[in-house]
Amino acid sequence: MSRLAVVTAGLSEPSSTRLLADLLAQATVGRLGPETEVDVVELRPLAHDLANAFATGFPAGELADAVEKVTSADGLIAVTPVFSASYSGLFKMFFDVLDTGALEGMPVLVAATAGTARHSLVLDHAMRPMFSYLKAVVVPTGVFAASEDWGSGGSVVGELRTRIDRAAGELAGLISGRPAGRRTDPFADVVDFETLLNS
Amino acid sequence: MEFGIFTVGDVTTDPTNGTTPSEHERIKNTIEIARKAEEVGLDVFATGQHHNPPFIPSAPTTTLAYIGAQTKRIKLSTSTTLITTTDPVRIAEDYATLQHLVDGRMDLMMGRGNTGPVYPWFGKDIRQGIPLAIEHYALLHRLWREENVDWQGRFRTPLQGFTSVPRPLDGNPPFVWHGSIRSPEIAEQAAYYGDGFFANHIFWPASHTERMIGLYRRRFEHHGHGTAAQAIVGLGGQAFMRRNSQDAVREFRPYFDNAPVYGHGPSLEEFTAQTPLTVGSPQQVIEKTLGFREYVGDYQRQLFLMDHAGLPLKTVLEQLDLLGEVVQDLRPQFEALRPADVPSDPPAHGSPLSAAPVEARA
Repeated sequence: MSRLAVVTAGLSEPSSTRLLADLLAQATVGRLGPETEVDVVELRPLAHDLANAFATGFPAGELADAVEKVTSADGLIAVTPVFSASYSGLFKMFFDVLDTGALEGMPVLVAATAGTARHSLVLDHAMRPMFSYLKAVVVPTGVFAASEDWGSGGSVVGELRTRIDRAAGELAGLISGRPAGRRTDPFADVVDFETLLNS
Repeated sequence: MEFGIFTVGDVTTDPTNGTTPSEHERIKNTIEIARKAEEVGLDVFATGQHHNPPFIPSAPTTTLAYIGAQTKRIKLSTSTTLITTTDPVRIAEDYATLQHLVDGRMDLMMGRGNTGPVYPWFGKDIRQGIPLAIEHYALLHRLWREENVDWQGRFRTPLQGFTSVPRPLDGNPPFVWHGSIRSPEIAEQAAYYGDGFFANHIFWPASHTERMIGLYRRRFEHHGHGTAAQAIVGLGGQAFMRRNSQDAVREFRPYFDNAPVYGHGPSLEEFTAQTPLTVGSPQQVIEKTLGFREYVGDYQRQLFLMDHAGLPLKTVLEQLDLLGEVVQDLRPQFEALRPADVPSDPPAHGSPLSAAPVEARA
């Protein structure tokens, strides 16, 4: 059984960023099977804890739980609204508080929302490089949804649905092909001192 | 069990009146704080080591020797000695000299330091922090135990036939702690040598400290120095007290809100819920401190941070009077809970544990 984490940085209620995140999660679960666990992390309620983590150096409270959910997942869907030609500051803050190496090898699907399609390169010019730096494995298809993609009444028009399905298929494929129990606990699996001394 | 204070040595503007002590005042105040700590019955005074403003303790053994000359009983220590950027030969010489001057009334704690530019200023690379700590300490450990040392490593000029002088007092090297906030490798290092492990504790939640100490205890037993419960553990703590807890909160809040490291972040209430910081009555500090053993086990040293964030000297001295009372209450309570086979104190100069070679401590 796989565990899928979804990080969404949408701010409004209802949020098109959350809507896109949910559609991506549903499509991925559709591929992985209904027993897949999904943990959705909304960043807006964590805004205060995130700011505190920058001031104190440690994630506290619900943020600590969210970090654990995301870093221990088998795959991640990360969705942000576009702010000033990039991911939002809140979105970046969450990934800034993760430990070095916490997302190493993690299959990630990147997605973004904005008012117009002119922002769509944010996927490849901002999100993809950030996750590459974090050594995550980003699936080839990113999903961008502009306002016009939503059509009327919240239904998803053809082309967006196609992209969602393709990206979800890629993510599910990476998750299924991935060995379980990837992450080691540095407090349980300590490197023996003789090894440290001779390295 | 030993109780004491540890200072960062920060020169910080008092946020309530805008006054900033001079370096001279801060250094002399530190001496007065250490003397007061002895007067109120504390066991340990420890100073940090820093090489950049706004800190004053760049030469910890100078300060500790001066304090040693003005005190009779209090043990002198560090929090921490920078094992990464300080030449281990200098550490061996400086601290052995201190050990002689104060007749063994000292120990020291190894730390890596965390301000990036300090590493290049001393010709080191912060990305090598762990390997530096491991190699430098391995050399220091030998310098205090062997004469005519031949040594070659990655980070320092090789040594041929080097004898560090003075030799440790009575052939008995100072007891060493290893302090780390978040590196399992350092807990493993402390366990390997059978040295003490100190969790700074004050900026991080209890769950994290519990994991670090748990690892150190497990590995202390693995490396054959005794049972996990017998490992030598120290913890940081932080308190501000007034008889009436509302007065403590009112008085400390501006210092908290503007404190270096965590100021302008969480509220005082959030931070006291998440970390060992207690702002309130002496009784509240007693209760919170006793609670530490519930997640780290019975331990040997408790240090408190009392003199930071621009608190004026007068206030710090008042705090130490209260801390003296708190510690009087804490001592019997900790000992009543401690199993007979778990040592109360860390090894001291001349104590059987410290006199034994590392391999024989179990």
